[in-house]
Amino acid sequence: MKKSNIFVKNKQFTIFLILALVVVGIAIFAPYIAPMDPYETVMTESLQEPGDKYICGTDKLGRDVLSRVIFGTRTSLTMTLCLVAVIFIIGTTLGIIAGFFGGMIDQVIMRIADMMISFPGMVLAIAIAGMLGPNVVNAVIAIAAVSWTKYARLARSMVLKIRKNLYIEAAVITGTKKINIILKYVVPNMITTVIVTAATDIGSMMLELAGLSFLGFGATAPTPEWGLMLNEGRAYISKAPWLMIYPGIAIMIVVIIFNMLGDSIRDMMDTRQE
Amino acid sequence: MSKKQLGKRLIQIVIVLFGISFFTFGLTYLSPGDPAEIMLTECGNLPTPELLEQTRHELGLDQPFLVQYTNWLGKMLKGDMGHSYSMKVPVIDKLKTCFWPTLQLALLSLLIMIIISIPLGILSAVYRNKWIDYIVRAFTFIGVSIPNFWLGLILLSIFGVKLRWVSVAGGTTDLKSVILPAVTLAIAMSAKYTRQVRTAVLEELNQDYVTGARMRGIKESTILWGHVLPNATLPLVTLLGLSLGNLLGGTAVVEIIYNWPGMGSMAVKAISCRDYPLVQGYVLWIALLYMGINLIVDLSYYYLDPRLKEGV
Repeated sequence: MKKSNIFVKNKQFTIFLILALVVVGIAIFAPYIAPMDPYETVMTESLQEPGDKYICGTDKLGRDVLSRVIFGTRTSLTMTLCLVAVIFIIGTTLGIIAGFFGGMIDQVIMRIADMMISFPGMVLAIAIAGMLGPNVVNAVIAIAAVSWTKYARLARSMVLKIRKNLYIEAAVITGTKKINIILKYVVPNMITTVIVTAATDIGSMMLELAGLSFLGFGATAPTPEWGLMLNEGRAYISKAPWLMIYPGIAIMIVVIIFNMLGDSIRDMMDTRQE
Repeated sequence: MSKKQLGKRLIQIVIVLFGISFFTFGLTYLSPGDPAEIMLTECGNLPTPELLEQTRHELGLDQPFLVQYTNWLGKMLKGDMGHSYSMKVPVIDKLKTCFWPTLQLALLSLLIMIIISIPLGILSAVYRNKWIDYIVRAFTFIGVSIPNFWLGLILLSIFGVKLRWVSVAGGTTDLKSVILPAVTLAIAMSAKYTRQVRTAVLEELNQDYVTGARMRGIKESTILWGHVLPNATLPLVTLLGLSLGNLLGGTAVVEIIYNWPGMGSMAVKAISCRDYPLVQGYVLWIALLYMGINLIVDLSYYYLDPRLKEGV
C-alpha cells in the first residue's frame, strides 16, 4: 500500500485527522484567533448577552466567553496530551518491566495495579487531587495515578506473548544485553497496539480532566478551562445560560473529534475484524 | 466458585483493602495542611502554638507515621472511623446518612439504564448495519462524548429553570427530585452498556449453533429469545455489577449539580475543607462496597452458568 493511499482509503480517518489538526491549530494560534483578551475584565460589561460585540456573551467579570472558550482549547489539550503521555510512558514501562523480568518485580507492580483496578477510579482521583490541592498539575497526577494500570496490564500481557518467540530466545542465547532485547525486539512489536489504545483514550481523559476542574479540583481561576467555566457559570443558570452552553459544546465537539479519530485509527490497525 | 477459590478471593479483598487503607492514610499524612490547625480553626479557637502542640499530642500527630497508621487501623477495625472535623459527627454516622440517597440514585439510574440499553443493544445487533443500527450507534457515540456535568446543567436549565418541573435548589430526596439526576447518570452509562449488549448479542449470533438452528428451519424469533439472549445474559450480568459499583463511586459530579445529599457531594465538601477522617472513611467504604459487589457478581456467575458448577 502506497503512503498516499492511506488517506484516500480511510476517509473517516482523514476527515477526523484534519478536524483534530484544526483543534490543535486553534490551541496553538489562540492569541491570533481570539477576538479579545480572555483575562481582561470589564466590570461595566458583565453578563452581556451574546450579540454583535460579544459573539458568545460575557461572564460575570465581563470577560469575553468566546475568547475564553478558544483559550480553553489550549488548557484542555495541553492537560490531556500531558496526561495521556504520562500514563502511556509510566504504564507501558512498568508493564514491560513486569512482563519481561517477572518474579518479585512483576508481583509488586501487578498487585499495585490490581489494587487500583478494584476501585472506582474517580473516587481516588478526587481524593488525590483534593488532598494535593487544586491545580492543573495535581489534576493530571491524580488521574494518572488511577489510569496507568490499563497500560501496564496491556503491555505486560503483550510482552509475555512476545517473550515466547524464538527470536527472543536467539537473542538471549547470543548474549544480547537485556536492555537491547527490550528496546530492539520487544518494544517495536508491541508499541503500535499501545499507541492505538492511547489514541482512543484521549477523549475520555479529556472528559475526566474537565470533570475534575468542574468539581473545583483541577484548573483554578482565572485560567480559561471549560470545566471550570461551566462551574463558574452554574450560578447563573437562569440569568446567563450562554455561560454554560458554549464551553459545554466546545468540550463535546472536541471529545467527539478525538473519539472518532481514535476509533478510526483502531479500525485501521485492527484488520482482523474485517 | 469452590470454597478454596472463595477463600482466595476473600484474602485478596483483605489485602487490597489493607493497601488502600495504607494509601489513603499516607495521602492525608503527606498532604499539605496541619489537621490540628484545621480542627482548631473549625472549632472557632485561635490556634496558639501551645494549643496546637496540645491538640497534636491529643490526636497522636506527634508520633511516627507507622505508629499513627497502626493506631488508626486498629480503631478502623473496631468500626471507629473517627470524628469528622467539619460536621462534628462520627464519620460512620455521616456515611450511613449519606449512603441511602446515593444508593437510591444509583439503583434508579441502573434501572433506567437497563430499560434504555437492553432493547437498543439487541435491536442494533439483530439489525446489524441497517439504519436502526446506525441510529443506535450514533446515540451511543454522542452518549459517551457528552460530559455528564454539562448534560446535567442542560437538563436542569430546561426542566428546572424553563419548565419549573423540579426545584433548582435541590436538597430533598423525594421521587420527583431523583428523576433528573438518575436520567443524567443513566444516559452516559446506557451509551456504554448499549455497545456492550450489542457486542454480546452479536457474538452469540455468530455462533455455530445459531447457523445450525437456522438450517433446521427454527423460527428466527425462537432462536433469538430461546437461545441467543439467555446465552448473552452471562457477560452482561458482570458488566451490570461493575456498573453499579462505578455508579456508587461516580455520582459526585451529578450530586453536586442537583445538590443531592449523597456520598459524592459529601466527599467533595469534605475534601474542600480538608476533613481527613471523613475522606478516609469515604474512600474505604466505597472500596469495600465495590469489592463486595464484584464478589457477589462472581458468585452469581456460578449459579447462572451450570458449566462452572461441574468444574468444566
